[in-house]
Amino acid sequence: MKKYTCDVCGYEYDPANGDPDNGIAPGTAFEDLPVDWVCPVCGVGKDEFSPAE
Amino acid sequence: MAKKITDNISWVGKVDWELKMFHGNELSTRRGSSYNSYLLRGASKTVLLDTVWGPYDREFVSRLRQEIDLKKIDAVVMQHNESDHSGALVELMRAIPGTPIYCTAKGEAILRGHYHQDWNYVNVKTGDKLDLGGGESLTFIEAPMLHWPDTMFSYYDGCGGVLFSNDGFGQHYASENLFNDEVPEGEMMREAEKYFANILGPFCPMVTRKVKEILAMNLPLKLICPSHGVIWRRNPEQIVEKYLAWADAYAENQVTIVYDTMWNSTRLMAEAIARGIRSAAPEITVKLFNAAKFDKNNILTEVFHSRALLIGSPTINNGYSFAIAGLLEMVKGLKLKKKIGASFGSYGWSGEGVKLLNEHLAAAGFALADEGIRVQWVPDADALAQCEEYGRAFAAKLA
Repeated sequence: MKKYTCDVCGYEYDPANGDPDNGIAPGTAFEDLPVDWVCPVCGVGKDEFSPAE
Repeated sequence: MAKKITDNISWVGKVDWELKMFHGNELSTRRGSSYNSYLLRGASKTVLLDTVWGPYDREFVSRLRQEIDLKKIDAVVMQHNESDHSGALVELMRAIPGTPIYCTAKGEAILRGHYHQDWNYVNVKTGDKLDLGGGESLTFIEAPMLHWPDTMFSYYDGCGGVLFSNDGFGQHYASENLFNDEVPEGEMMREAEKYFANILGPFCPMVTRKVKEILAMNLPLKLICPSHGVIWRRNPEQIVEKYLAWADAYAENQVTIVYDTMWNSTRLMAEAIARGIRSAAPEITVKLFNAAKFDKNNILTEVFHSRALLIGSPTINNGYSFAIAGLLEMVKGLKLKKKIGASFGSYGWSGEGVKLLNEHLAAAGFALADEGIRVQWVPDADALAQCEEYGRAFAAKLA
């Protein structure tokens, strides 16, 4: 599963870790994050993320 | 002294005519600024929105006491918690320690991170309302990254509609007057654009989305009250429209030439290139700035305002100059869109400056117009003619 980086603040979403503070279990692919999931660091939406290089 | 905005809203902030640099030394504020704090008296609840910068905390609280018994403040709303707005909070909360502080969850984290205080935080999200009594309320609108993660706006449905927009729509512009229709429009708008370019520029996609979201709410709007500068009273929609334009790869028909020079060779090149552009395309505004001598943030605003940037530096120690390096770093941070770039410079022996400038421009998102132009030692008449020709060719690419 691919990592994604927030274009705004640089936070990296790693599917292996998920985002447990916001109810996202480890192993959740970026594509499977709910539409209203936001960057845990800066609060922007999924569409501000790009696949990590 | 408090200043009356409407029958039940007062400005209780601080005008700082002395402020000349902001964010440490990152941002010049040639016309000073203000830290706007607003006291909103509803039928049953009184709310204070934002405070002022720390150095003015005692002055702020003592003047606020002249306006209201602090214990009558039912809630403090912190829309954004950078220290220019939250700096007086410690002094204020010493007097009213249990008063609820309404802010976003990120706002609470930032306040805790700054002041390490266990205050009475109330986290709010978009759509949450604070009932002010009399059928009126304050509605919160989260606005992440406009320009920090914690930022939110607050909309008051009384007085015909008032949007408290914190740093959005602000200007670093000191004035003893409160409203946009009371100050020289040109100089104030220049500061509004400089503010946008330097502070909000990197976050254009969020600006566009948030402004459209608010417009779609169809809220009545009489006043926009930002946290810096004057309040938008006459035609408040104008700054909203400007924000949509500025956030959408904004560019006037201008070319900005920024250079540094050691013994004037690169300056002579800059001036010759400018002559070439002007001769080929007189309709284009061309401006030249020596990056080592001019205000960096004003230069950035000119770059923001332009279609194209030509950047010039002599090659020094296998690189480019200190002033150009700093400016390029700032240009990159602004994440400018759809701008054309090119490089030029003089050199003595190794001459890799132009190539490195090209790489930096490309990394900053500029479309390179060409390979750039170099001149060894001091340009003679032929070399200057080549620079003029380069300018004409550059102008042709903009046509």
